[in-house]
Amino acid sequence: MNSLVLRTAARFLLPLLLVFSVVLLLQGHNEPGGGFVGGLVSASAFTLYAVAFGRDAALRAVGINLQVLAGLGVTIAILSGVPALVLSEPFLTGHWATVPIPGIGDVKIGTPLLFDIGVYCTVWGVALIMVLNLAEE
Amino acid sequence: MNLLLVLPILIPLTAAALGLTAWKRPGLQRSISVAGAMALLVASVMLLAATNRGDVLATQMGGWEAPYGITIVADILSSIMVLLNAIIGLAVVIYSLGALDPQREAFGFHPLVHALLAAVSGAFLTGDLFNLYVWFEVMLMSSFVLLTMGSGRAQLEGAIKYVALNLVSSALFLAAVGLLYGATGTLNMAHLAERIGSADPRATTLIAMLFMVAFGIKAAAFPFFFWLPASYHTPPPVVSALFAGLLTKVGVYALIRTFTLCFTGDMAFTHEVILWIAGFTMLSGVLGAAVQSEFRRILSFHIVSQIGYMLMGLGMAGVALAAAESADESTAVALRGAAALALTGSIFYVMHHIIVKTNLFLVSGIVQRLFGTGDLDRVGGIWRTRPVLSIMFLVPAMSLAGIPILSGFWAKLTLVRAGLLAESWWIVAVALFVSLLTLFSMTKIWGEAFWNAMPPGREDPTATVRSDRGLRIMMTVVMLLGAVTLAIGFAAQPVFDLAGRAAKQLLSPGVYADAVLGGRQSSIPPVDADGGAP
Repeated sequence: MNSLVLRTAARFLLPLLLVFSVVLLLQGHNEPGGGFVGGLVSASAFTLYAVAFGRDAALRAVGINLQVLAGLGVTIAILSGVPALVLSEPFLTGHWATVPIPGIGDVKIGTPLLFDIGVYCTVWGVALIMVLNLAEE
Repeated sequence: MNLLLVLPILIPLTAAALGLTAWKRPGLQRSISVAGAMALLVASVMLLAATNRGDVLATQMGGWEAPYGITIVADILSSIMVLLNAIIGLAVVIYSLGALDPQREAFGFHPLVHALLAAVSGAFLTGDLFNLYVWFEVMLMSSFVLLTMGSGRAQLEGAIKYVALNLVSSALFLAAVGLLYGATGTLNMAHLAERIGSADPRATTLIAMLFMVAFGIKAAAFPFFFWLPASYHTPPPVVSALFAGLLTKVGVYALIRTFTLCFTGDMAFTHEVILWIAGFTMLSGVLGAAVQSEFRRILSFHIVSQIGYMLMGLGMAGVALAAAESADESTAVALRGAAALALTGSIFYVMHHIIVKTNLFLVSGIVQRLFGTGDLDRVGGIWRTRPVLSIMFLVPAMSLAGIPILSGFWAKLTLVRAGLLAESWWIVAVALFVSLLTLFSMTKIWGEAFWNAMPPGREDPTATVRSDRGLRIMMTVVMLLGAVTLAIGFAAQPVFDLAGRAAKQLLSPGVYADAVLGGRQSSIPPVDADGGAP
């Protein structure tokens, strides 16, 4: 679509939406949000970009093959369950560590976050595959 | 033990994920796929070895105790089904190396097959009804993409029927899950078995019937079978073979599991209905096959009629158990024995059928490769040019019809004996009659495609087809599956014993419930009799 307003808006909205999707991803464990919604938001960010600049430009902006992205997501999600298996606990049992990060304070990081990141990548990739395939027709 | 239970799901899931990351490299994808399928086979053999003695293994996902978390649980039946899943997975993956065109392979055939295998394993191993729903959905999605891959016109037409009917089934399934949760307050199957007795019996019978319809559609039981013959002959034969072996059997498994564990309150009614469905399914499938003249269409209708045999065992078992409750003691013992035998027959039948049916579809793939069509009017004379292939068709085909010493004979014999013991005369008569018609159907394919010469005026196209590497791979897989069929037939006793132990376990659900719930008393207060809804 050849619209100056849309192109300009899309250029600014893409990073903004991506930051928002990461915020959703990170707050998801205890508050509304999570990997699934975050992935959808980031997919819609690139969909907007595709509407403004075309499908190929959006694919270049993602920078990684979408199928590979989805596959990596599932792999990360599976890996998040592995620490529990090594400790011979039930698969996917959560493990947390408190990491002091200068300037922010103590941050709790755990395997459920890793799982959510996996979901984020999978949803991001799969949703974009579907939308961009439809855009191709 | 934790590891062993999740491996049959994790291995194919990992193979699917890694296959996706190797998107542009078909060679690497193939290696991952074959390695994954082999690892799955090893893991499922180990799982069956661990449960074979009668222990029920259970693990709580994420460490969340049942009934709140999701339980993964394996008894003998689940382990058998997972093993069959692995065998079919490996067979199909290897066969595809010789059979599949590069376009479809590049479209993600291998990751999709593994996603399907993971979903089927998950459905066999889960102890939670909602989780079962999720696996059904994963299965539906991956099978839908496999079905439409390549986008032929006939393929899309078949796929639409397939998806529409299966979505109806999913909606009914989900509605039934919601109602069940409202009536009992739990969806963990073991917990459900404990609590369903205290819920309103009218409500639970209604919900049981909803589940029967939902699973009946998945299993292609009468009267919901028409999506199957409408879609199974359209995709490449290797995809049909995968579907024919696994998909409907997940529905049958779900029926057997829920109607022996959870919905046993009014067996005189519910299992009588299953028995009628079984009879009609057998008849309508085999009659549908009689008028077809395309290889895979005939086979598709036979899947339907075979599903009837599997349900027949479940129905007879329930009816016999219900009759045993009001009978005097010696009759009751005999009836319980008949019920165990009927379930044994069902399980034996599933084991035999999955191998045989996949094999027949794989043979049809070779015929299609040779002649470019599966239309029986345009195929002929294979016996003269390729006797080995003909024998490879004859073994599973005669087994399907129930010719003695092949695996199907023992499966049918068990069911018929159980039927006679339980005095379910009419269903036995139907089963025997359908068996005869199955033989007729198989001899029709044999006669037209293999025995008779090519129709006059047509050139034999096989003369120009050379035995290349692809054909050799396909033949090897078909032979190996044929060998499994022969092994089940000749070593019927150990297989029969295994099925018998699985059936016995199904009839004493206490072991299953103890394994899932840790033998403790339920901490949730039971729902009052009128359903507990506000």
